[in-house]
Amino acid sequence: MSVNYGSKRLVVGAHYGLRDWLSQRITAALMALFTILLLAQVIFTKGPIGYDQWAGIFSAQWMKVLTLTVILALLYHVWVGMRDIWMDYVTSRVWLRLSLQVATIVWLVACAGWAIQVLWRL
Amino acid sequence: MSELATPVSKKRPEFRNINAFTDLTTYRMTPAAWVSILHRVSGAIMFLLLPFIIWMFDTSISSEISFAKFKAAFNIGMLGLPGFIWKLLALALIWAYLHHFIAGLRHLYMDVTHAQTNEFGKTTALITLGLSILLTLVLGAKLFGLY
Repeated sequence: MSVNYGSKRLVVGAHYGLRDWLSQRITAALMALFTILLLAQVIFTKGPIGYDQWAGIFSAQWMKVLTLTVILALLYHVWVGMRDIWMDYVTSRVWLRLSLQVATIVWLVACAGWAIQVLWRL
Repeated sequence: MSELATPVSKKRPEFRNINAFTDLTTYRMTPAAWVSILHRVSGAIMFLLLPFIIWMFDTSISSEISFAKFKAAFNIGMLGLPGFIWKLLALALIWAYLHHFIAGLRHLYMDVTHAQTNEFGKTTALITLGLSILLTLVLGAKLFGLY
């Protein structure tokens, strides 16, 4: 028989409480590190920053891979945040909340696709 | 517990005496409450302005020509709107990012250290609000060419 008490107890059916709480913090930490890394590269560039210097930052392969990871982290982070907003404020009509959640996903996936396209054609 | 045994279900009292104009405007929120709601507001602003953010990424990075277009949008204007409108939009994003970033670090710090006193909450909330506004002003002055 499966254990369903103590640390193994089922609090809610979907288990998304802890998973989203944790993923929200991990994705946030990743984006914060990326921000600091990008800022450092901008600050330590000698002289005024024109197109060559700016595009040069993103042309390195490791920076592209890191930026891609951050775009995906952002995608999930924003999904969790926006879903929380819809769950908190749109409570009386399920069809409306579902529509807004679907629209959020479409919006986010479209934006992520655009950002990745810009990144990889560089 | 004789009340529970009575079969007649009493109607639960409802309190609907909040007036949006007289009560909400005088309701004093604590600094931590301001940080909390502004964390949500700043996140929503960045969500809505995502296309603008990616547009900036796209035009600033794709080619020399698009880079010139990027600069012209802020210096001259774009889509019939003058440059300063686009600068204000960028400034809104700068504030939203700074507030979300600092408030997020505050969250992470509280989670890791289990810091949960009222004083700590109030002090860090004031630091979050002050630092994000201060840095927004500093970067805004740079954006509008004051230095």
